[in-house]
Amino acid sequence: MKKHIVIIGNGIAGITAARHIRKLSDHSITVISSETRHFFSRTALMYIYMGHMKFEHTKPYEDWFWKKNKIDLVFDHVERIDTIEKKVSLKSGELMAYDDLIIATGSKSNTYDWPGKDLKGVQGLYSYPDLQNMEENTKNIRHAVVVGGGLIGIEVAEMLRSRDIGVTMLVREKEFWSNVLPEEEARMIGHHIRSHHIDLRLSTELKEIISNTEGHVKKVVTSSGDSIDCQFVALCVGVSPNIDWLTGSAIETNRGILVDQFLKTNIDHIFAIGDCVERKYELPGRKTIEQVWYTGRMMGEVVAQTICGNPMPYEPGPWFNSAKFFDIEYQTYGNVPNQTENNLNGFYWEHADGLKAVHVVWEKDSYRFVGINTFGIRMRHACFDAWLQSDKNIHYVMDHLAEANFDPEFFDRYEPEILESFYKTNSEMVPERRNA
Amino acid sequence: MFFQTCFAFLIPEILVRLNKPYFDFKNIWPLDYSFFFDSRINELLANGTLGLFMLGWGIALIILGVPVLVYFFGKRWYCSWVCGCGGLAETLGDPYRQLSNKSLKAWKIERWMIHSVLVFSVVMTAAVLYTYWTGASWFFFVDSYKLREVYGAWIGAGFAGVVGTGFYPVMGNRVWCRFGCPLAAYLGLIQRFKSRFRITTNGGQCISCGNCSTYCEMGIDVRWYAQRGQNIVRSSCVGCGICSSVCPRGVLNLEVKNEKGRLGKEELIGNTN
Ligand SMILES: Cc1cc2nc3c(=O)[nH]c(=O)nc-3n(C[C@H](O)[C@H](O)[C@H](O)COP(=O)(O)OP(=O)(O)OC[C@H]3O[C@@H](n4cnc5c(N)ncnc54)[C@H](O)[C@@H]3O)c2cc1C
Ligand code: SF4
Ligand code: SF4
Repeated sequence: MKKHIVIIGNGIAGITAARHIRKLSDHSITVISSETRHFFSRTALMYIYMGHMKFEHTKPYEDWFWKKNKIDLVFDHVERIDTIEKKVSLKSGELMAYDDLIIATGSKSNTYDWPGKDLKGVQGLYSYPDLQNMEENTKNIRHAVVVGGGLIGIEVAEMLRSRDIGVTMLVREKEFWSNVLPEEEARMIGHHIRSHHIDLRLSTELKEIISNTEGHVKKVVTSSGDSIDCQFVALCVGVSPNIDWLTGSAIETNRGILVDQFLKTNIDHIFAIGDCVERKYELPGRKTIEQVWYTGRMMGEVVAQTICGNPMPYEPGPWFNSAKFFDIEYQTYGNVPNQTENNLNGFYWEHADGLKAVHVVWEKDSYRFVGINTFGIRMRHACFDAWLQSDKNIHYVMDHLAEANFDPEFFDRYEPEILESFYKTNSEMVPERRNA
Repeated sequence: MFFQTCFAFLIPEILVRLNKPYFDFKNIWPLDYSFFFDSRINELLANGTLGLFMLGWGIALIILGVPVLVYFFGKRWYCSWVCGCGGLAETLGDPYRQLSNKSLKAWKIERWMIHSVLVFSVVMTAAVLYTYWTGASWFFFVDSYKLREVYGAWIGAGFAGVVGTGFYPVMGNRVWCRFGCPLAAYLGLIQRFKSRFRITTNGGQCISCGNCSTYCEMGIDVRWYAQRGQNIVRSSCVGCGICSSVCPRGVLNLEVKNEKGRLGKEELIGNTN
């Protein structure tokens, strides 16, 4: 039976679902979204600002793709869902009926009740309109303050530095992103940030944003009482599921839209995927809200199966992620906790140049390999995914580390140095001594 | 660079000094479309052993060297490491690399065009050789002298010369390499069907940002493959490595490995089911 499937949100989650439903069926598909007409890559926003790419380049599919694949795009905002009549009402006044509905409305930037947060020149960065505002707000300015030491904060800092704008970063934690990274690498990234002429202030919070006579930001005051003159403030203190617009509907939410293993909400025929989701069930080593590109994509793949008559639970494999801190690429596979845990052992290697590091973690008793952070050395996802899924121990991983290297052909290799240092601090692990 | 300097500049220079025929050891037919012209062959043959050696070298490069090197390294050994046009494109043309058109339509035009030039150059050379050996200027229905004149003017001078460099700011720095070069077409066919070279993608790490496609000078939509976890095996790829170095997530790697499984499965790591 041919169904009409309505998807709200044309981000990676919604679009992956649409593409896979099209591959699997001839259901009619409508994607409604109100940010941009066509799917673009949010992760590339910074490169538009830095002049590396134009907006056009960030669209993963050419504009003809949607029509050819019979995916209807509607550029409009969904205001309400009528879960009984199975209809969504759009801002334009239209009512659209669905057989199955997929909510993929992403996140929105967090703000807290800071005095002055609504002044001119103060903003977050999540959407394309945010980027356009930032373009306006940062014209001819000298100094900016970035609040928050996370992945978006560092991107915003890099964007501003590319235009030679002075940047002060306020980070609440003791080290940069140390709510995620262990102290060693957090410190290394901190050094690197400073080497890019950023005034990085750790253990410092925003207290107040102060306006000039035209209602524009003039300076900020920090928790330590310092005041910093600036013409722009970026609030980059995380994102939360974009669900406010569902208030009053019958769809069950907590911090995000609650879903079961099949990504179904409490209402039949309504599913939710991507950043806006909170899982009702636990998965080992994974959080119940995961706001990254990859999870949106994976949920899109899975929900398409379920909707096309092949019910499939969402079972992501081992956690992985990646980012870039100025010149340092970061990849992670499995779990490397930011604080030492009693049952775990770890080993950290850092190159003398302070641009490369590797951190591996394993279980003390069983030697089971638990996770790796790698900086400035690319590693193969396929290797670590297989090793984590087959419970390889740390011996195996260190013996095969070179296999996992994914750096370009003529790059220097660091495995010998890493291993030498590893065996120095973990002498019982030297291959000849192991089975004793 | 070493190869480039020695082969392109030193050896021809030495030969000219020694009053020997000018021969650029790394210039290969059909890019060097006049290689089999009578004047060139006569010049070579007139120079005794060395000339014969050079004629032999030229032919050996075409039928043995080229396929073998492309098999082991991909066509980059020529297009990125050796070729002078390529060198110019990578230096003078570098600021224009993002201008190459990435649309599917441009790819279709490219395939028609470059393979037509290849066919044209082969026919032209066959005609010229026919004339050389038989003395008859009519090759089937065409005048071989006319044919080579047309090829020289339109492809050799017009396309490779004028469009090839003058259009850098319009169609990107490798317009000639992408749409016109018959040698690139020949190398490309080998690279596509019989080579150890491929660009591999790293599991599920692609964030579809588009840096790779934007900066590919050959107009390959690299992201199209990367975001579905598929290896990139394209005849036009000159293996410049830019896509890999601009990728902010370490997704792309130029690799030479066992030919088996080279096209790869379309596979994104993530879901276990
Ligand atoms: C600057 C930046 C950099 C990032 N970099 C990375 C990275 O390197 N790696 C990574 O893994 N993740 C990164 N992320 C996070 C990643 O982009 C998100 O996890 C991902 O885009 C979420 O996809 P989604 O499809 O769930 O939602 P979104 O991409 O947010 O798409 C949802 C869409 O739905 C629209 N919408 C919402 N409500 C409605 C409504 N009621 N009616 C109509 N339309 C609606 C929204 O406008 C939006 O366009 C980054 C995020 C930002 C902002
Ligand atoms: S540059 Fe890298 S992350 Fe970006 S689209 Fe290309 S392969 Fe994907
Ligand atoms: S190596 Fe990458 S950028 Fe260079 S031609 Fe090949 S696909 Fe394009």
